[in-house]
Amino acid sequence: MDNSTAALLGWVLLSTALILFYTLRSRREGRNLRVIPGLKAIEEAVGRSTELGKPVVFTTGWGGDIQRPTTIAALNLLRFVAARAASYGTRILFPTHDPVIAEAAREIIKTAYAEQGHPDLFRDDDIIFVSPSQFGYAAGVDGIVSRTKPGAMFLLGTFEGEALILAETGNMNGALQISGTDSTIQLSFFIVACDYTLIGEELYTASAYLTDDRRIKASMYAQDFIRLLLIIGLLILPLLALLGLDLHRSILP
Amino acid sequence: MINRIAVAVAFVVGIFMVAQYFISSEISGRLYNLLLDYYQIIFAVTMIVGGISLVRYHGAQIRRDADSRVYSIVTILAVAFMVVSASIAGTGPTSPYQWAFNNLQAPMQATTFSLLAFFVASAAYRGFRVRSTPALVLALAAVIVLVGRSAFGDMISDKLPELAGWVLNNPSATAKRGILVGIGLGSVATALRVILGIERSYL
Repeated sequence: MDNSTAALLGWVLLSTALILFYTLRSRREGRNLRVIPGLKAIEEAVGRSTELGKPVVFTTGWGGDIQRPTTIAALNLLRFVAARAASYGTRILFPTHDPVIAEAAREIIKTAYAEQGHPDLFRDDDIIFVSPSQFGYAAGVDGIVSRTKPGAMFLLGTFEGEALILAETGNMNGALQISGTDSTIQLSFFIVACDYTLIGEELYTASAYLTDDRRIKASMYAQDFIRLLLIIGLLILPLLALLGLDLHRSILP
Repeated sequence: MINRIAVAVAFVVGIFMVAQYFISSEISGRLYNLLLDYYQIIFAVTMIVGGISLVRYHGAQIRRDADSRVYSIVTILAVAFMVVSASIAGTGPTSPYQWAFNNLQAPMQATTFSLLAFFVASAAYRGFRVRSTPALVLALAAVIVLVGRSAFGDMISDKLPELAGWVLNNPSATAKRGILVGIGLGSVATALRVILGIERSYL
């Protein structure tokens, strides 16, 4: 099986599992999701900023553009953070390196303020296109954080070398920090520098956790189902290989 | 109504983008390149919007905030210089644009990047404080890898670099692959949710 066929099989399996789980479970109460401390702390982070009278800073990192699933997952979370900030009348600053992400974030934040009944509190200048250059962006966000001293900082998206620079600056300025990324290298930096870190796929589960939407939950069951298949495969294939059945050679790319 | 059209467009384009990865034909290749060209056009337009937003933000900062006024003035002057010099003299190797890039922007970027060394030290200090058993394991693994991968590793023992390699290639790589499998599944599930219109935050 080549890479392309394996990828197609993965897509078909996940799509089928998603539709099946949605169909089978949509009429029933879903299981409770595991508590993810980083997502639970969103309320606390925005509340802290409100009590301190300081803004919230949300940024999606330099590594991703709007096409990246991590950026989409981060923007899903932005919707909830912005809604919470709007309901408390707290400013949310969104510095970014990408003008397309800036426009998407502008719409999300504007809509959140309008839905919470505070369209007048939305400030167009709070969505800041800083610079497309990696360290220009890092320096710009550092400047914003150092000057505004936010009560909370959300570092969610695809981060590269700027991850620790941003997280340490937030830490030095006393912000409660919630981070999450798909970069395994930057995760270790976030874990030591931030209060809460969403590890890998926890970032993608945020909307299921926060909305309680059964369709989104169905996609999580589907992921768990595929993961279970992978675990079974990882256990069975080496055992079969030990018995002389080299099935893994024909299955794996 | 507009939202429904957007969801329908996302569905059709999403399905096409998945399909074209598996089906290679001349038509699908052309359509794929056309969609990428459209993205570039959207990016270029939003870059103009981004530039206007940058000038508006710093213009407001100049009016409102006396403390950070000077930074905003420098930013606007720098943006104006780069745009005007590139428009008049181009971006060739001897142009003022290139001079400013090599002698101003590159050193400033290097300066920001070099801060990372100090931030790594302060983060490592906090990360390696042993407060619990997992923190002890983390600190031990870090010491083994740090010493084992440095020149001192060989001096202390022949086995230390091997042990450092074992930590990196076994427990560390296993955890990393576990996270990567989750990220892969999460990415595909997020893409599916957007294609099927379940996730609509982008609207």
